[in-house]
Amino acid sequence: MNRKERIEKFREIAKERILIFDGAWGTMIQDYGFIEDDFRNDKFADHPCDLKGNNDILSISRPEALKEIARAYMEAGADIILTNTFSATEISQADYECEPHVHEINLNAAKINREAADKMTEETPDKPRFVAGSIGPTNKTLSLSPDVNKPEYREISFDYLKDVYKAQARALAEGEVDFFVVETIFDTLNAKAAIAAIMELEEETGDHIPTVLSGTITDKSGRTLSGQTVEAFWHSIRHVKPLMVGLNCALGAEDMEPFLADLSRAADCLVHAYPNAGLPNEMGEYDESPEAMSEQLGRWAKRGLINAIGGCCGTTPDHIRAIAEAVGGHSTRSLPEKEVAMRLSGLEPFTAAA
Amino acid sequence: MSQSASSFINIGERTNVTGSARFRKLIENEDYDTALEVARQQVENGAQIIDVNMDAGLLDSEAAMAHFLKLIASEPDIARVPIMIDSSKWTVIEAGLKCVQGKAIVNSISMKEGEEGFIEEARKCLRYGAAVVVMAFDEEGQADTKERKVEICQRAYKILTEQVGFPPEDIIFDPNIFAVATGIEEHNDYANAFIQAAKEIKQTCPHAHISGGVSNISFSFRGNEPVRRAMHSVFLKHAIEAGMDMGIVNAGQLDIYDDIDPKLRELCEDVILNRHEDATENLLEAAEEYRDAGGGQKDDKKNLEWREWPVEKRLEHALVRGINEYVVEDTEEARQNAERPLHVIEGPLMDGMNVVGDLFGAGKMFLPQVVKSARVMKQAVAHLTPFMEKEREELGLAEEPKGRVVLATVKGDVHDIGKNIVGVVLQCNGYEITDLGVMVPSEKILKTAKEIGADIIGLSGLITPSLDEMVNVAADMEREGYDLPLLIGGATTSRTHTAVKIEPAYKAGPTIHVIDASRAVGVVSTLLSQDDRQKYIDDIAADYDKTREVHARSKGKRKRLSLEEARNRKFDIQWDHYDPPAPKKPGVHVIDDLKIADLRPIIDWTPFFAAWDIKGRYPDILKDEDKGEAARNLMKDAEEMLDRMEEEEWLKLKGVAAIWPANADENDDIQIYASDDERDEAIATFHGLRQQADKGEGKASRCLSDYVAPKSSGKTDWIGGFCVTAGHGELESAKKYEDANDDYNALLVKSLADRLAEAFAEYMHMRIRKEFWGYAADEDFDVSELIKEAYQGIRPAPGYPAQPEHTEKGTLFDLLGATDKVGVELTESYAMNPPASVSGLYFSHPDARYFSVGKLSRDQVEDYAKRKGWELEKAERWLGSNLDYDPHADEQPAAQAAE
Repeated sequence: MNRKERIEKFREIAKERILIFDGAWGTMIQDYGFIEDDFRNDKFADHPCDLKGNNDILSISRPEALKEIARAYMEAGADIILTNTFSATEISQADYECEPHVHEINLNAAKINREAADKMTEETPDKPRFVAGSIGPTNKTLSLSPDVNKPEYREISFDYLKDVYKAQARALAEGEVDFFVVETIFDTLNAKAAIAAIMELEEETGDHIPTVLSGTITDKSGRTLSGQTVEAFWHSIRHVKPLMVGLNCALGAEDMEPFLADLSRAADCLVHAYPNAGLPNEMGEYDESPEAMSEQLGRWAKRGLINAIGGCCGTTPDHIRAIAEAVGGHSTRSLPEKEVAMRLSGLEPFTAAA
Repeated sequence: MSQSASSFINIGERTNVTGSARFRKLIENEDYDTALEVARQQVENGAQIIDVNMDAGLLDSEAAMAHFLKLIASEPDIARVPIMIDSSKWTVIEAGLKCVQGKAIVNSISMKEGEEGFIEEARKCLRYGAAVVVMAFDEEGQADTKERKVEICQRAYKILTEQVGFPPEDIIFDPNIFAVATGIEEHNDYANAFIQAAKEIKQTCPHAHISGGVSNISFSFRGNEPVRRAMHSVFLKHAIEAGMDMGIVNAGQLDIYDDIDPKLRELCEDVILNRHEDATENLLEAAEEYRDAGGGQKDDKKNLEWREWPVEKRLEHALVRGINEYVVEDTEEARQNAERPLHVIEGPLMDGMNVVGDLFGAGKMFLPQVVKSARVMKQAVAHLTPFMEKEREELGLAEEPKGRVVLATVKGDVHDIGKNIVGVVLQCNGYEITDLGVMVPSEKILKTAKEIGADIIGLSGLITPSLDEMVNVAADMEREGYDLPLLIGGATTSRTHTAVKIEPAYKAGPTIHVIDASRAVGVVSTLLSQDDRQKYIDDIAADYDKTREVHARSKGKRKRLSLEEARNRKFDIQWDHYDPPAPKKPGVHVIDDLKIADLRPIIDWTPFFAAWDIKGRYPDILKDEDKGEAARNLMKDAEEMLDRMEEEEWLKLKGVAAIWPANADENDDIQIYASDDERDEAIATFHGLRQQADKGEGKASRCLSDYVAPKSSGKTDWIGGFCVTAGHGELESAKKYEDANDDYNALLVKSLADRLAEAFAEYMHMRIRKEFWGYAADEDFDVSELIKEAYQGIRPAPGYPAQPEHTEKGTLFDLLGATDKVGVELTESYAMNPPASVSGLYFSHPDARYFSVGKLSRDQVEDYAKRKGWELEKAERWLGSNLDYDPHADEQPAAQAAE
């Protein structure tokens, strides 16, 4: 199957059942207990600074570990595996002086997942697997000033971030991802830069690669870090005609539910969620058990809130297995019919009937 | 499908620098805290979307847009609503789009420049995720009829939905709301056309929206808020029914439709729906009744106590206060009371004008007020004229005016503000004026004077070649045997020139220089008075004799330098230690998208008041004990007219500037080259003139070429040139007023166009320094500093003191392609037409200063003639007023003696 056929397949399946995302990659990598030398391997023996903690570099230095993680999630029941590229941008890699390797990190990560997914699809042709190119938020924000005394100041520009994202998306596309997931969106303007990058890339290459948007609600106020409600967020990004929109990270399932429900009502495309394994405990660990988590997510499925589900921070193949089981018996969310209207937003949504 | 008012989307308009002077000032002063408050209040007051516009000439609009939107991003009370990013420049819109996380509206894009750019911008809007306002504007211009509005919107809709893939629900059409009830017949259907177009667009373009700026509709009722509010409400009711679903509306400027006084509502409805011919007239008539309902301001217009007075008193009051609202009814009442219509003029009207004349003479009234009085007078007389003609026919009577004066701006010159003022003032005083306009050949002036039996001829001119033309007219009068008094006026004229050059050419009659308009009445009345005439003429003649003597003595008294000596004392720039700045953007730059709003902040008002004979510095003049009131009223009228000019686009601003590679040569000339690296052969030459007065050892004798690196220095230098105009549309606008017997507003149009042209020159110079040449990219001057020319570099104009020879303008215009690019032409005397135009050269050197070249000796004139390739005589003619010698002294030694 080529990408176009795979996407058609994906859409077909989404009509029939709830699709399963993978869980956290960071948690799995942690379990390998890599030390500095493992991160470097031979490739980066002479790298000028420490690489430990740069999980994304592993697609170059430890590809076999990533292959295993992908495999583990698919064996647990995941239909979609995200590339290990959450921080694989020029901006985030600057922390490790790895900017020159951005292209290779993304390309390798995409190829690792592609190969693993295709192999799995070959083994179980009735359950094809899909590769999602992960595009993270970076540690910079376009809507907020880091300096309270200069609220108009921004650390980076829209155009720069767009170019950074375009470089990442280009490498992921080259590695044959099926779609992009712009995830953990805490500032919608960052996501809009990613969307602009992806749309520009499509114009340049002529290849349509769908986009999934995944917002992050940071607390119980139900808003993104940059202040938008989920519906306002939806209005801001729907021009890319997303394959899927949803929420991930920051909250556990319990706290995420009301906002997911809002999004599910508003969005006339597929809706997903991959919450954390609860809230971090006093040790900073996510410790919600697969059973507890899957029980709640099963309830979402029952409510008809989701078309795809998975896990974020702290989730493991065990969680995914439990979740896949819990949602398995429920039918997938049906898309709401929305009347045609101009849907604008500030921090809050604004709809003008046409 | 009909919409209900409750779903109408209200867009806040106060954060718009083109619509709110207050907001503009806040942004210009970078008072962003207060600017944010404006935005906050908008949202608090119920704006569902806020429109942000930073299109002002002095602003870096892109930066201001980004700055403000980034600040809004951290203000949750404001940022909660969507933003409408409003600019006529795409770059500003794009800068804004990069700052908003929400889904915004772009306001606006259009097919003004064709489909290609339109499609490109629409695609970008789609990529940024914005809805878009599409103006009903195409390659042929802004749509004003229903058919054009509909046609353009349908075409845009098709392109957007079929070619671009734009969601139809994200398209908002702005089919242009223009002012109605302006008194101009073509405007009557503007509101109705919008409403009809909205209906059809809604039907044929599914899901699209209709929007517009509502307050435009009532522009002609500025200052009468109750009427404006009613008009807005009536317009909105019908427009919303037709499908308008959003708009820029000031909620404070709306009445509840049903609460509007039924009579007013009916009148507004007639106007909005263009229901009958007299709709405008009727609403105008009734408007005054409603004015009071609004503000608490007190003035004569509202305080109608004087309306109870006897009619004669009322007319006098109206004349003195310049109130023209009731003049026709009062004049008619007076006519019915009078035995003959003429008695109304000779009685109450002249009485009133005498009061005006006395007050003016006593310095208690000022020119703008007098001109307003004249407007009342003219309108009263216009009412009476048909009655008088009828009477004359019936009785075979002939009436004689106090005197007949022919006025003209001489051949080659187009400046007429001063002449028009003189005309108005004389008319006020009962003289019959035949104004021949501008660029009038001598024969026509003489012929007309003979035909109408003129008592006096008055000549006007602004540029120096006009001085020669006045001498020509004087000589023609002498030759043709005229003996009428000849009056001379205009900015470059002087008593000395009149005494030395004009009067000797016309010995048959008196020649008198009139220093300003306020003296005109005195001079004319004395000349026409049997008793005083001869004494006055003798006094003037004696005075001019003395003037000529003083002038002759002053010549040769002061030591002059030879051209060679003067060149040795050139203003010496140490070129070894200075590298002239290379232009960032050489070549030719055309600016034709500037708006009046962009220039208003940099208008230099002092000369404006001077033009109206109110002399003093602005803004102090507004507080002047004597002239303050007149100045303030004039200022208010000027501001209101600027608002209308801006809103209704009376004037088209066009400008061109260029920077060329250049070096000075050894002969006071500046050579222009085709390109920076080929400096062997010049493509043009600007000729310079050098000061020859001996100012003492060590004092420089300047010439403009001193400011440009000489070729011998080995440095590469540049000079610039420009031509800007605010004159396109000026004459048409003025004419409308002239035709309505409203000289006051006609003069106001012209004097404002002049100021705008000067402001444009200031603006262009700023762009040159900061951007095109870019040698002062970081300069940051406020308006008063700009007016004081605190910046680096100068822009002297050919024909002005630093290079007084006008034909140099021809070289400048050729290089710029000024006639092609901005539509300014040069007359035979090298005056620019339209008159509200400014041109000049740019010099960048920090030591460059304006100077006056002063008197020129024969050696320099001979050298100049050689450089220009002219006969000496031609050079002497063009340099006439700067010659230090009498070129005809040798030829006509007997001319004076024969007298």
